[in-house]
Amino acid sequence: MSDLQSPTTDTATAPGKATSSPPTEATAGGDQPTATRRRSLLPSSTLLRHLLLLALGAVATVVILEITDPFTNSQLATLSYYAIAAGGLTVLTGMNGQISLGHGALMAVGAYTTALFLSAEEPPPLPLILLAAIVVATAVGALVGVAAARLHGPYLAGATLALAVGLPGLAIYFHDWLGGEQGMRVRAPRAPEAFDSFISTVSGNSATNTKWLAYVGAICLLITYFLLANLVRSRVGRTWRAVRDQEVAAELAGINLGAWRVLAFTVSAAAAGLAGGVLALVVRLAAPSGFTLVLSLSLLTAIVIGGLGSLLGALLGSALLVFLPPFVTDLGAGWGLDNTEAAQLAPFVYGVVLIVAMIFAPAGFIGTLRMRWLTSRAKRSAARSSGG
Amino acid sequence: MTVIAAATAASTLAACGGGGDDSGGGSGGGDSSANEASDIGITETSIKLGAHFPLTGVAAPGYSEIPTGAQAYFDCLNQAGGVNGREIEYIYRDDAYNPSNTSQVVNQLVLEDEVFAIVGGLGTPTHSAVLDFLNSEGVPDLFVSSGSLLWGDDPETNPYTFGWQTDYMSEGKIIGDYIAENFPDAKVGLFLQDDDFGEDGEAGIREYIDDQIVAAERYTPGNTNVGPQIAALQAAGADFVVGFNVPSYTALSQLTALQLGYDPQWFYSNVGSDPTLVGNLLNNFSQGQVSDASLLDGALTTDYLPTVDEPDNPWVQEFQRIWDECGGEGELTNYRIYGMSQAYTTVQALQAAGQNPTRDGLVEAIETAGSEWEGPVLAPFRYSADSHMGTAGMSISRITGTTTEQVEPVQLTDIGDAEIESYDGEPAEVPENGIPNEESVVD
Amino acid sequence: MQQFINVTLTGLTEGMVYAAFALALVLIWRSTRIVNFAQGSMAAATAFIALALIQAGWSYWAALVVALVSGFVMGAVIERVVVRRVEGGPELNAVIVTLGLFVAIQAGIAIVFGSSFQSFPTPFGLQGFQVGDNRIAFTPTSLYVIGAVLVTMGLLVALFRFTRVGLAMRASAFGQEVARLLGVRVGRMLTLGWGLAAVVGSLAGLLIAGGEFIYPAYMDSLIVFGFVAAVLGGLDSPIGAVVGGLILGLALSYVSGYVPRGSALVNVSALVILMVVLLVRPGGLFASSTARRA
Repeated sequence: MSDLQSPTTDTATAPGKATSSPPTEATAGGDQPTATRRRSLLPSSTLLRHLLLLALGAVATVVILEITDPFTNSQLATLSYYAIAAGGLTVLTGMNGQISLGHGALMAVGAYTTALFLSAEEPPPLPLILLAAIVVATAVGALVGVAAARLHGPYLAGATLALAVGLPGLAIYFHDWLGGEQGMRVRAPRAPEAFDSFISTVSGNSATNTKWLAYVGAICLLITYFLLANLVRSRVGRTWRAVRDQEVAAELAGINLGAWRVLAFTVSAAAAGLAGGVLALVVRLAAPSGFTLVLSLSLLTAIVIGGLGSLLGALLGSALLVFLPPFVTDLGAGWGLDNTEAAQLAPFVYGVVLIVAMIFAPAGFIGTLRMRWLTSRAKRSAARSSGG
Repeated sequence: MTVIAAATAASTLAACGGGGDDSGGGSGGGDSSANEASDIGITETSIKLGAHFPLTGVAAPGYSEIPTGAQAYFDCLNQAGGVNGREIEYIYRDDAYNPSNTSQVVNQLVLEDEVFAIVGGLGTPTHSAVLDFLNSEGVPDLFVSSGSLLWGDDPETNPYTFGWQTDYMSEGKIIGDYIAENFPDAKVGLFLQDDDFGEDGEAGIREYIDDQIVAAERYTPGNTNVGPQIAALQAAGADFVVGFNVPSYTALSQLTALQLGYDPQWFYSNVGSDPTLVGNLLNNFSQGQVSDASLLDGALTTDYLPTVDEPDNPWVQEFQRIWDECGGEGELTNYRIYGMSQAYTTVQALQAAGQNPTRDGLVEAIETAGSEWEGPVLAPFRYSADSHMGTAGMSISRITGTTTEQVEPVQLTDIGDAEIESYDGEPAEVPENGIPNEESVVD
Repeated sequence: MQQFINVTLTGLTEGMVYAAFALALVLIWRSTRIVNFAQGSMAAATAFIALALIQAGWSYWAALVVALVSGFVMGAVIERVVVRRVEGGPELNAVIVTLGLFVAIQAGIAIVFGSSFQSFPTPFGLQGFQVGDNRIAFTPTSLYVIGAVLVTMGLLVALFRFTRVGLAMRASAFGQEVARLLGVRVGRMLTLGWGLAAVVGSLAGLLIAGGEFIYPAYMDSLIVFGFVAAVLGGLDSPIGAVVGGLILGLALSYVSGYVPRGSALVNVSALVILMVVLLVRPGGLFASSTARRA
């Protein structure tokens, strides 16, 4: 596996591309070059490169959020919590090879933690609350991870599926404390004044609550992806991939498979916890009906459609989840369907898109693009060598 | 002052002119009565309203019919000239009963579609998610389709939100009072949905018959095996069961009771007792198998609206006409009557908000005049500056076959320890074309 | 005592319903090594076809046969047209394809048949048998459900154990290359596996529907419990599926009936039961001795 030894050779035009190649591509797309260094304008140190990308991402975020309308702002806030959770999941499933159908439940843990802290008389500052959401979800994730490390394939899928439908039920049982079926309403703290003046300096737009939440989501997203991208390029990431691809060899090399699997689960649970916290702020509610199985399955869909193991893929897959249904509904309404028919069309098209995407782009969006690029480069270099 | 006079004249003219050309009546009044784009979602010729409903997924059966009823009503209204010459443009979007989706689609309705108001958004958890958003944006949030207390009892915090249907607690009180009067010796069991619906209902009932209750069993929606709950009620010796449950669980509880040979007196709260729907469901199984063809026969229920099983009711006849002329596929159902009635109240509010309504004016109009409005709803609304609770009363009726007969006339009450009293108002008459005719109360 | 008997019997019937669905999952897992999330929607589609026929005046049994046949055709067609193209690819891709099918078929049902509640008839009674002075929670319909599930289980065991086709199907699932070398027409076996699984699935869908009502999403909760039952039993064993279904059905019924507000704990109990079993036996109750890594 080329990606085991060559941490710095990937293209690095975006955080996602800085991560490992998905396993499908490793087999199908073939050899990643290990010797040739590309003509890159980016620094060669991983950390520096990621810092630069983080800064670029921040600028891009401000530009996008300021040129789009308020509704798109709110969609981007939604996108941010999907993408944070999907980023964690793609690390677990793509890097470490464990499937989880239960990340929605871990998001619920983060969301309820956030809701509980915000309902206090004097809520602590927002970053602390989100940190608490991460900590609690991490603890639950570690617990689940210990169990999950012993399980494989469909057994792991079954256990995490039960987690997805089981855990939110606790909120109904402990209704005095967690609000029951109707959930806990969440009042996001108002934006600091610095935010108002920042927005009015940058674009002159009005600093609405929707915009503030979109920024909160985006900041969390950028930090998460920065940390995850560094993690997967580190020794930890390489060990995960070794555990995934070369179980026996890794064990011979003295790697404790179980412990590394638990660690992967824990890291992805931390991301899910943060995503849940952001969700609670954006949706303004933590309720069991917000954390159905559909949520967990959507996250899985996002990472596979985007390209397994790629953070950029997770981001693109999440965008599909957010933007496709309203797009199809509006399209249907444009064709003269009534509102009900148009609403029924959306899941139909969504399902068909999943099927078609898997048939024609089995490596996911990013995987397919990268394979195309590698193939054409291989052709070019072959032509060059035969010509020279 | 002239504005009020002119607007009043316009609506009076509209009433005299009947359907067809009330806009013509209004437009003759010169400058002061010209239509203006007075607020977001209002143009000279249209008013845009939005709603969220579960149109797909587990909660879609039944509930997805509500907006089709409202749509039919608005379509017929538009053919008759709309409200003050403005057509209603009604956009309802699917949230699949998931609060995260509700938040997204309401964002879309408010920020992208730029609706004037949200009308009839369905569900307690779903609508909770958008309560703060709508109130902080100042979007009127009318007539939430849920009997939770959240919508009406705190207008200071949520000045733009209004309830509509009888809240579950008042309903529980009316049921409890009826049982105490008429079945003082009954051993009562409660069959409750495990959420605020069951909880509020239970609280209301217990105000009156706490000592008669021998068991309270709860089911969680989605868990279709209610055998253990019904068996527990039977074991507790309950001979009178009050259900605060949704219609599908009415059918499930009836089937399970049939299995167990358990035959108490049933009393289903309004939400769960759609005798036509449930009766059809149950009768279709029967096809020679269920000996008692009509399982629901003899069950008691509450009403705050006329229902399809009262074909002689003038409101039902009018709604039938509207559904036939402007509706889509399928039959007129109680869900559609619900949607139409909500649309009717909405039109009353829009008329009361004047020729050129504003969002704040709409709220003011409902607070000022809402408690006076008559319509298909049996008892008056409680709207005022201090309360945004919907209708306060219910009648009680017995299901016989596929029709119902009233056993207790409309009773009025309120949440908390308010007394229960009989309502002495007459049923409202149906206006021409089923279109209300309220005067503007906003200047 | 009366209550205990009734809670037990309710759990028994409910468990058999989970078992019926779990059997379909086991069949498809055994023959193609895919967990089919679309099973629920496919079953619902055939139930709606059957209902349309019954409403058109057909008898229950004729409609049942048509539903099972259409289930077979649907399963086979989906395998040939869709699933075949992702077989041999990454495991998760097959999962996503079946998820896509699940969503699309369910939406398709809503578009074609509408999304209202419709009652589904049963050929047998819904009134519990009389024992002494009381009726118990056990009806002719429960008997029919239990009987049908046990017969199906027996047929599946026989298929895999005693027939050449069953052997060929298992061989195709475990080692395509070897099976091919031995002259097994692997492609055909995979199609057959999907077709048969869809038949069992649609039988489960009809059994569940009988005497209750259906709507496009009526199988949703059963997908979860059916899958949990199958995993509980070991995913590979028809007997395990039935035992898993029974354990789950009974346990959940007791939780629901005897724990205060137990209905809210049903889902989380399923999680606890599954976790406990899998921690003791990571391959499920009826796992064969070989380590199974999918």
